[in-house]
Order: sequence, then C-alpha cells, then structure tokens
Amino acid sequence: MLGLGYNTLLVATGAGLLGLAAGVAGAFLYLRKRSLMSDAISHATLPGVAVAFLVMVALGGEGRALVGLLTGAALSSLAGLAIVHWLNRHTRLGEDAAIGAVLSVFFGFGIVLLTVIQTIGAGRQAGLESFLLGSTAGMLRADAWVIAAGGALALAACVVLRRPMTLVSFDPEYAATQGLSPARVDMAMMALALAVTVVGLKIVGLILIVALLILPAVAARFWTERSEAVALLAGLIGGVSGSAGAILSSLAPDLPTGPIIVLVAAAIFTVSLLLAPTRGVLAGVLAQLSFRRRVHLRQGLLALAHGHRIHEAYTQRLLRRSGLIRADGVATEAGQRAAARAALDERRWHVLRGLPDAAPVSARYDGLTPVDTLLTADQIAALDRRMAGPGGTA
Amino acid sequence: MSGAEFVPLSLPPIVIGVLAALACALPGNFLLLRRQALIGDAISHVVLPGIVAGFLLTGAVTTWPMMLGAAGAAVLAVALIQLVQRVGRIEPGAAMGVIFTTMFAGGVLLLEQSDTSSVHLDVEHALYGNLESLIWLDATGWASLTDPEALVWLPPELGRMAVALAVVALFIAILWRPLAISTFDEGFARTLGIPVTALGLALVIVAAIAAVAAFDAVGSIIVIAMFICPPAAARLMTDRLAVQVGWSAVFATLSAVLGYVLAGYGPLWLGYPDSVSAAGMIATVSGLILGAAALFGPRRQRV
Repeated sequence: MLGLGYNTLLVATGAGLLGLAAGVAGAFLYLRKRSLMSDAISHATLPGVAVAFLVMVALGGEGRALVGLLTGAALSSLAGLAIVHWLNRHTRLGEDAAIGAVLSVFFGFGIVLLTVIQTIGAGRQAGLESFLLGSTAGMLRADAWVIAAGGALALAACVVLRRPMTLVSFDPEYAATQGLSPARVDMAMMALALAVTVVGLKIVGLILIVALLILPAVAARFWTERSEAVALLAGLIGGVSGSAGAILSSLAPDLPTGPIIVLVAAAIFTVSLLLAPTRGVLAGVLAQLSFRRRVHLRQGLLALAHGHRIHEAYTQRLLRRSGLIRADGVATEAGQRAAARAALDERRWHVLRGLPDAAPVSARYDGLTPVDTLLTADQIAALDRRMAGPGGTA
Repeated sequence: MSGAEFVPLSLPPIVIGVLAALACALPGNFLLLRRQALIGDAISHVVLPGIVAGFLLTGAVTTWPMMLGAAGAAVLAVALIQLVQRVGRIEPGAAMGVIFTTMFAGGVLLLEQSDTSSVHLDVEHALYGNLESLIWLDATGWASLTDPEALVWLPPELGRMAVALAVVALFIAILWRPLAISTFDEGFARTLGIPVTALGLALVIVAAIAAVAAFDAVGSIIVIAMFICPPAAARLMTDRLAVQVGWSAVFATLSAVLGYVLAGYGPLWLGYPDSVSAAGMIATVSGLILGAAALFGPRRQRV
C-alpha cells in the first residue's frame, strides 16, 4: 500500500490515533484555559522513564521494555501533576509558576538520572535519549503495536468522557448543577492528557508532544464556537497531522517524525489563523474594509443631501464608482435619491432616539444600519407621522 | 581539597553557574509577579532554532553568530506570541505553546537536515549545557586569581555571563520604581505616565538576553529552572518586593553552588567514580529549595 512498509503503516496509524486523541484532549484543555499544563505533564515524564529503566535493570531485565518505561513515565508525570495542583492550591504561587517549577525541576532531575544511567552501564541506555525528541527509526514492531493500542485506548476514553468534558468546558457552574463535579472532570481531562503524552513519548518525544495537545485545539477554535465541534475538529486536525507527519517522515532519511508531525499541525494552524471565516485574519481585514466602505458611503450621501462638497478622495471615488456622483462631484439622479434616503433615515433615527420606550432599538444606532431594517412598516409609518409634526401620534 | 585542583577545575564552573543563576533569577521575580513565568520556558525553547540558524547562516560554530541567532529567535518568538495572541484572540498560554513548540520543531528539523554532525551542535548539548567543561587550565592555585597572565585564559563564558548579569542588574536597579509599580498596578502606572507596554517588552528582552547568555554557558535546563524556582521560593518568604529579590538571589546562588558540588562530588561520596549532570542537579536543588519554601515559608499561604 503506497509502497510503505508494514511498520510505517502501523506507526502512521498509531500516530494518527494518537493525534486524534491528543486533539480531542487538547481541545478540552484549551477550552479550560489550561493548555500549558501539558508542558508540565510531558517534562515530568523524564525521571519516571529513567527510574523505570534503573528498576528494570536492577531486576535483571534489559531495561528497554517500552511498557515498563511508559508506566514509569505515567507515574512520575502523575506526581508532577499532583505537585502543580498542590502548589497552586496550598501556596500563593500561580498555576504558571507551578507549571514552570515542576517542568524544570522534574526535567533537570531526569537529566541527572540519565547521566547516572550513562555511568553505570555505558551503551545500554541507548534509546532513552530518544524520548526527548521521539524517534520511529528502528522502532520494534511490538513498540508500534503498543503505541497504536495506546492511541486507540486514549481515543476511546475521549469518546466516553466527551459529554461531561463538553459540559464542564462550556459552563462549569451549570455542569455542577447537573451533578457533575468540575474538579473531577478536570482531573479526568488531565489524566487523558497524561495518557496521550505517555503514548506519544516514543513517536513525538516529550518536548514536542505539547504541540500536539495545543496546536490542533487552537487551530480548531478558529473555525467554530461550539465546544463539541471544537473537540471534533481538533481531533481531526490532530489525526491528520499525526498520520501525515509519520508518513512524510518515512519518505526521506533526514525527516525526524516528531518535528514533522508538529510542523504539519503548525501549517494547519497557520492556514486557520489566516483563512478561517469570521475569526481569521483575512476575514477580519475584509470586515474592516467593508465597514470603512459603508462609513464613507453613508457620510458621503449625507453630505450630498445637505449640499456639502465632498473633499475626501476615497469617498469621492466610492460614490463615483457606484454611479452616485458625476466626475465633477455633482450628484446624479440615483445619487440624489440615495442621499435623500440616507437623510430621511438619519432623521428617523433622530426622532427614534428621542423616544424613551424605543431604547432597545435606539441602542443599535451605529450611524450605518438603516432604521427600516430594524422596525416593521407600521412602526416606520408611526415614526414618520411623529416626524411630520407635534400633532402626530405614535 | 587543594587550591591547585579546585581553582582550575571547579571554581570557574561554580562562578559561571552562580552568575547564570543570578542573571535569570533577578528578572524572574518580575516575570513571576506578572504571571509571565513561562516566558523563560518559551525563550529557552526557541534558542535552539536560533543557534542553528546562526550556524547555518555563517557556517561557523563560533559564539557570536549563534548568540545573535538565539537572541533574534527569542525576540521573534516574543513578537510572534504577541501577534498570535492579538490577531487570533488566543489566550496567552496557548499562544506561547503554539509558537515555541513550532519553532523548536523547526529547529530540530533544521539540525537534522543540515550537516552538523562534524561539529559539536546537538539537542542534548543545548538542553544540558556543558558546565563541567568550562575549566581554567592555566590556573595553578589560588595565586592565579591575581596573576594577569593566567586570568587572560579564563573561560570566555565567564566574562560574557558577568556582562549579561551586569546588564540585567543595571536594568532592574535603574528602572526599579517603574518596574515595581507597573508590576503591581498597571492602571496606576499608566496614570503616572509610565510607558507600561514598552517597559513590559523591555523586561522580556532583558530576560531574553540573560537566557541566551546563560544558555550558551550552562544549557536551557538551568535557565528555565532559575527563571522560576528561586523567585517562586522567595515569593513564599516575604511580601516585600526588595526582600523577595534578595531572597531569590540567595536561593539562586545556593542552588548553583550546592548543585554543582553535589553533581561533581556527591557520587564520589556515595562510592561512584563518575559525576552526574551539574545542570540537572542545579535545577533539582532549586526545586528542593522551592519545596522547602512551599512547606515552611512564612508567607506561603494565599492571603
């Protein structure tokens, strides 16, 4: 298939599942504004990996069994999470400081342990460094299976937990009235992020797994406002990044898997940032331009109605292109009609804003919206009667 | 231990470690109070692509292009984080996560793609640094400290680190009042006419200078740990900013000295012949100090 080896396919599947799970878990972390917890979680795995290796060697094993190493990673990462939580709850330090402290200290201690491993059995530690940046080169088939299975399990957990996680990330107070404990759901969310991190260690590495938990979520948020849709889309983006990255990196020798996966996700993020409707940069620029155009058009028409000359070059250009004025600046017939309409609209607004019981509608005055798009024909007629003279009734 | 052994082999790394720890811990105090503690983390990640780019552009593994590259990457990262945050309306933590992981991934890819195998440039080195190798072979004992001939051959990192520390300390000393006011009450600072935004940016840039210089000497692990742990521990000791900065300097120095000694001599005391990573041990000690402060510090509770 595609000329890819069995192992590559297995790794690509595993990375895809992992990316899916990471996207979903990361979306909830992001919606709860706790994206950087993943940074503490991932760096805190290192001492666990090293201790697990030492323990397995002490027990007479080879020390490289992936399941054992990942168990160690999960345990020390759990300890790191608990410390972040404790520091945040019981001291005056903020969550960011707690995260930074745990990630740097655990990572530093992990490095100390790695040098210990280097000194006690030179050569045998080969492979532990690969947890820093991930590596799929020369991965054992059994390891690939562990990762694929782990990714599938994490994904299954996402599916099971999606309702409570959506509810809590959308509205924690409401979730609490529904019998859900936001603290517990948060904990489940963290556990999920931890599971994703541990599974991803071998492929993406502990420094970059953070990216897989953050990038897809942030990218997905550009496209939709609904929590559940953000999670789904983030899962999709994560999954695509994972498998595409794994396949891409297998095509050439110097393309390390972890960075490629991250860069694919980063490319999707960039596209989302630029092109997403309403929240994207391009949409923002277009909205800005159209707003500017409407303001100039309106002010130009009002100036025509009052018989003022228009000096602003952009306004002149705009009116001329719309066929509202002639080249010499005099209003065309269509221009006179449009100007009269604008002036009438402005007068209607003026009267409307003087009415105390029209406050809800008056609040929407922005100098651009025609009043007849907000009121019914009857209301407009009443407004016009009131405008006609003091004797009119509303 | 005799001076003949201590002065050439252990004194320079200890001094460099202390200078680096101080240079990071001092601005760390303000970053911590401004809830920007993780800026140090972000900066130290983007240093890698910076040095790789510096190397690729000049083709030389010399210090200045790499440090300039690192500084450029740090400034670029800060700008990009701001941009993504503003333009995309993304919360600061996630914006930071987006930028530093992407840039780090780019750095690793660049490193793998380019032929750097012949030179000493790798990710591990970037992370752990190489504090132990900063030795002063021309020293023969304590007397060398007054011998201008030998002093010329001090490791160059020492001079750079001292300059970086001086820059950081001067910045904080000169701008102490505006920094303190804008850190605690931004609105009030604005009404006083303090350029709050520019000052915040300047603080981050000074932190980046410290990070880049320290990274060159000791690796990014110490950088991240020293930005956060000593100031955080100091914050649990006092309510006064000046006292906090003082405590953080004490804790940073203690971490560097104790960490280096434990890494170099600890294993010997336990009967192992080889030392362990000094950078890792310094980070570990700073964490232990923070742990002690979190358990017993007089101002540990939230009020």
